[in-house]
This record gives sequence, C-alpha cells and structure tokens, in this order.
Amino acid sequence: MTQLSAPAPLPPYRDSILVHEILPIAIFLAFALLPVAAAFGAETYLLGLFMRVMIFAIAALGLDLLVGYGALISFGHAAFIGIGAYAVGILASHGIGEASISLPVALAAATLFAYLTGAICLRTRGVYFIMITLAFGQMAFFFASSLAPYGGDDGLTIHARNTIFGFSPFKYERLFYYIVLGCLAGCYLLCRALVVSRFGRVFRGARENATRMATLGFEIHRYQLAAYAISGALGGLAGFLLANATDFISPAYMSWQRSGELIIMIIFGGLGTLHGAIIGTLAFLLLGEWLSGLTEHWKMILGPLLVLIVLLARGGLLGLAAQVAAWWRRETIHSISDFTWTFGRLVRSLASSIGERLSFNGIKFAIQLFWSRIRG
Amino acid sequence: MSMSLLLVQILNGLQLGVLLFLIAAGLTLVFGVMDFINLAHGVQYMLGAYLAVMFYAVTGSTFLALVFALLAALAFGLFLEFAVFRHLYERDHLDQVIATFGIILFLNQAVKYVWGAAPLSLPIPEFFSGSIVLLPGLAYPIWRLVIIVSGLAVALFLYVLVNRTRLGMLVRAGANNAPMVSALGVNIRRLFMVVFGFGTMLAGFAGIMIAPILSVEPGMGDTILILAFVVIVIGGIGSIRGAFVAALLIGLADTLGRSYSVDILRLVMAPSPARTVGPAIASMLIYLMMAIVLYFRPTGLFPTKGR
Repeated sequence: MTQLSAPAPLPPYRDSILVHEILPIAIFLAFALLPVAAAFGAETYLLGLFMRVMIFAIAALGLDLLVGYGALISFGHAAFIGIGAYAVGILASHGIGEASISLPVALAAATLFAYLTGAICLRTRGVYFIMITLAFGQMAFFFASSLAPYGGDDGLTIHARNTIFGFSPFKYERLFYYIVLGCLAGCYLLCRALVVSRFGRVFRGARENATRMATLGFEIHRYQLAAYAISGALGGLAGFLLANATDFISPAYMSWQRSGELIIMIIFGGLGTLHGAIIGTLAFLLLGEWLSGLTEHWKMILGPLLVLIVLLARGGLLGLAAQVAAWWRRETIHSISDFTWTFGRLVRSLASSIGERLSFNGIKFAIQLFWSRIRG
Repeated sequence: MSMSLLLVQILNGLQLGVLLFLIAAGLTLVFGVMDFINLAHGVQYMLGAYLAVMFYAVTGSTFLALVFALLAALAFGLFLEFAVFRHLYERDHLDQVIATFGIILFLNQAVKYVWGAAPLSLPIPEFFSGSIVLLPGLAYPIWRLVIIVSGLAVALFLYVLVNRTRLGMLVRAGANNAPMVSALGVNIRRLFMVVFGFGTMLAGFAGIMIAPILSVEPGMGDTILILAFVVIVIGGIGSIRGAFVAALLIGLADTLGRSYSVDILRLVMAPSPARTVGPAIASMLIYLMMAIVLYFRPTGLFPTKGR
C-alpha cells in the first residue's frame, strides 16, 4: 500500500504575516460587516446565504484539521453534520427545544459517532481510510432514511427554533447571524490553538512520518482518534446550527455528495491553512449560488471546473494566489532588472556612440583644423 | 418463512452480488494496477444503461442495443481516460477523488440534460422474457437468471484471463509493483489503458444488463458505486478473487437482511418496534459487516501481496 502522500506544500510566503494574520482578520471583519451592507437590500437572502457559508465553514474547519494537517481524508464528514442536525430535530419533535439540552446532545452524539467509527477507520490507511469513512457516512445516511418516525426519506420540519434558557435568539436573523459568526470565530481560534499545540505537532508529525513519531514513543493512533473526534464535534456543531437555520432536517444532509462537497471546499481554499477552509467554503457556495442562478444545469459547469482546478491550480485559491504573487514578484524583478539592463545598454551604447561620434568628429575637426593651419 | 421464498431471495441476492462483482472487478483492477481511485466508475454503469436505452430507441432491437451500448461505453471510457484520468495517475488520491467527483457531477447532470430526469426503461429481450419454473410453485424471471449466469461467466473469464494469460500476468505484476513492471520494459501506459478500458466495459455491461429490470435514472450509479467500494474494501483492494467473494457476500447479506430482518427481530422484540428497527438494521447491515471485517483484517479478506 503506498502511503498517502502529504498534500503538496504551499510555496513559501514572503508575506506570511499578510496571509496568516491579516487575511483571517479581514475575512472575519468582512463577515461582521456584512449585515450592515445587507441592510441596504435583499437582507434576508444575504444573511441566509452567508449564514450557510459560515455554518459549512465550521464543518470545513474540522475537515481541514484532518485532511490538511493529518492527511486523513475523511469522505464521510457530512454524517457528523447530519447527526448534529438530527439531534436537534429529534429532540424538537419530542418537545425539547432547549439549546442547553440539544446542543450538548448534538455535540455528544457527533463526537461519539466519530470516536466509535474513527476507532475502526484509523486502523486502515490511505485509500482504505477514504472508502471506510465513505461507507460509515453512507451507513448514517441510510439509518436516517429508515427512521420512519422522524420523517424517513422526506425529512422532518422543525416547528420551533431552539431557545436558550427561555430566550429565543435564533428567531432574530441578525442576532442568529452573529451567534454563528461567534461560533465560527471560536472554532477557528480553537483549531489554530490546537494545530500549534504539542498535540497538534504530534498529529502533524504523524502525517509527515508515522513510523518516526511512533518510534519517538507517541501513540499516534490516540492522537489521530482525538483529532477525528474533535473534527466530528465541529461537524455536530455545524449540524446544530444548520437545523436551526433551515428549520428542517433531512437525510440529504448526510449524502456522500455533501461529504464530497466539503472536501472540495477545503481544496478550493487550500489545505492546511485553516482560514483557507473558510475562504474555500465561501468560494464554493457563492460559486454554486452564482452558477445555479445562470442555469438549471449548473453542475455541468461545476464538474469540469473541478477537474480543471485539480489539473491546473494546486494548493487551492490560496496556493493560486501565492503562485500568482510569486510569478508577479519574479516577473517584476525580472522586468525591472531587464529594464535596467536594457536601459543601461541603451544608455551606454548611446553614450558610447555619441561619444565615438563626438570624439571621432572632434578628432576629425581637430585634424582638419590642424591641416588647415598647416596649409594656411 | 417458506422455503421457496427463501430460494427466491437467495437468487435475488446472488443477482445483486453478480452485478456488484461486475462493477467492483473493474474498480479493483483499476485501483490495484494504477493506484487510481475512480469515483466516476459508477457513472459508467449509469451510462451503460442509458446508452442501451438510446440504442434500443434507434435500432428497435434489444440485442443490437446491448452490443452497441457496450462498444459506446468502452469508447467513452477510453475517451475519459485519454482526456482526464491519464493526467491524474501521478497525483495523490485526494486530487483523484476531486477530479472524478467533478466528472460524476457533470455526467449525472448531462444525463438529466439529454434524457430528462424521468426514469426510463428498457424491455427485456423477447427470447428471455417471462419466467421459468424452478421448483413446483416457484417461478423465477429468466432475465435475472441470465444476469446471474452471464456474471458468473464473466467471473470465470476474468479468472482465466488474470491467472492464465500473459496479459493477466502483467496485470497481477502491475498490481504488486507497477514501477518494476515498467522497468522491465512493459509499456505501462498501454497496460493501464487496456485495464481501464476493460474495467469500464465491465461497468457498462453491468448497467446494460440491469437496465431491463431497474428504472434507468440519473444518479443510479452513485448508490451502487458505494456498494462496490464496500465490496472491494472487504475483498482487499486489487484482488479479483476478493471482489468476487465479497460481492456475493454483500449481495446475499443485503437482500436477505432486507427480507428477514423484521422477522428475525420479532423473535426477540415486540412486533411494532421490530418493524421500525428492522429496516434500519437491514440498511446498515453491510456497513456493519465491513466494519467488522476491517476491524480484524484492515486490508480486507484477500490482501494483495506487496502492498
């Protein structure tokens, strides 16, 4: 079995502060300011759209943790979202609409599912891992489809959004929007802290060289399982928010196409840079929104686009931007030096030719003068 | 629980298993030899079914439709290999997953665009229509038997091809160590193309054979693709024999589980919860099986050596 190669490292950034500090701040600032801009028109639509972006970005963050930092390609990630959403929906259908109950239940259910399936999935490597996570995702999907009391294939409408200790903040779109933004920011900071922690370093080390990490005395399986469970919990949180945002749960939340889309999102943004997951989610969902506005058959455009992105743009949007930046820098440097070189040559040749001419003429003049003096 | 019903369910399970084998064989070969995950294998199956329907509309004969559809499926598979997949062999699995996922999106939608979203159907060839009485009181559709027999014939053919011919030897060697085979002077690109074309044709064949008894609709390849993945993971990736055993196992377990889970659960619980839990367990059964197999044997039942 060939080991899964680590994702191609991004080209080194000279401006890493720009990319790793300023860019995330800019993203969150943009999200925070969006409702202000949205107030001028199509507010409900824009808030809903960007809320969806942020909710999926939370799940994408969790997936990036696994794929980008651990080279564990989980193809069943939509199941965690679905489980979180079903926890809300099932509790709501029994009259429990209190977030202080349903949120812990959603998180616990998704984490537990991740922990149990992860324990089996992580015994395998590479492509087996992809397929077994895919299969567990399908298992969750079919389980949800066969839950006849909770809607089965058709899904279930949630009649009242969750309340928090009797208050119902999810009713107010703007407040809900900022709650989701707060969750996303919290998850982002958590993931960042996790990645640079000792835990994160061991986990990343296992991606680079599992044997070496094991030889160093780390039980990498435990680290990977913990990361898998954390990732599942993030999915569960996304599911909790999604169920409240859409007032609806359906097995479609867990379909394997959803899992594939989540992977595409993090690829879009560029693996292993957490804010890349957010950018990728934004880009993917907005692209889908835009294309579906153009034509009913927008997937006929999206499909080939994905193929092209894989074939041409490695490292996602961030990688592409870095490539363009590097190219731009190289080209400008080249062109500047080209310019100075050419300009120098020109000046020099001009100068020398003028000089030559001058000196030639000067000599000629001098000789002529001298000659005329002698004759004269 | 009557005996003849059980026999019918076993035959149905066998038929599903054979179908899964036809798809999984191509998938496992392509993965085994080229280290290439082809998610688009399922849409090849769907395309086979659609092409059969289309050629039936053109020629009016199911047999001619089958032949033409097979050739067209092969041609299309080779075109995809040439246009896209060839450039992905060197990439990591993630890139392959994304690119082939893109092809699924495209083809599922393209099929909807060309033939419409409504399910289509293909008549069973007249010669094989009707049922045959296997036992007194037990009639079984002939076409389903044809599927089982042709699937078993393909399995036998594959066995001979892989184990007794030069091409098969190269395929086995390629599955073990492709760079070495290439270093020994075999044109690995051409071998890849042959294997890929063959796998595609098998998936197309499965789609064509199943078209008369299933409704032909967009997305029909997706579900079966996942089942085929389960099959090759249980069987051990790259192993034809493993794919065969696992396909039959999955086919039988799934079919029998769906028919008898409620009855079996009724033995231990009240009828009403049994009716709720039964289908849920039945639909998860094969995934549970896979989990159990992988827990004890992480590389499947018949791991290919050298991986």
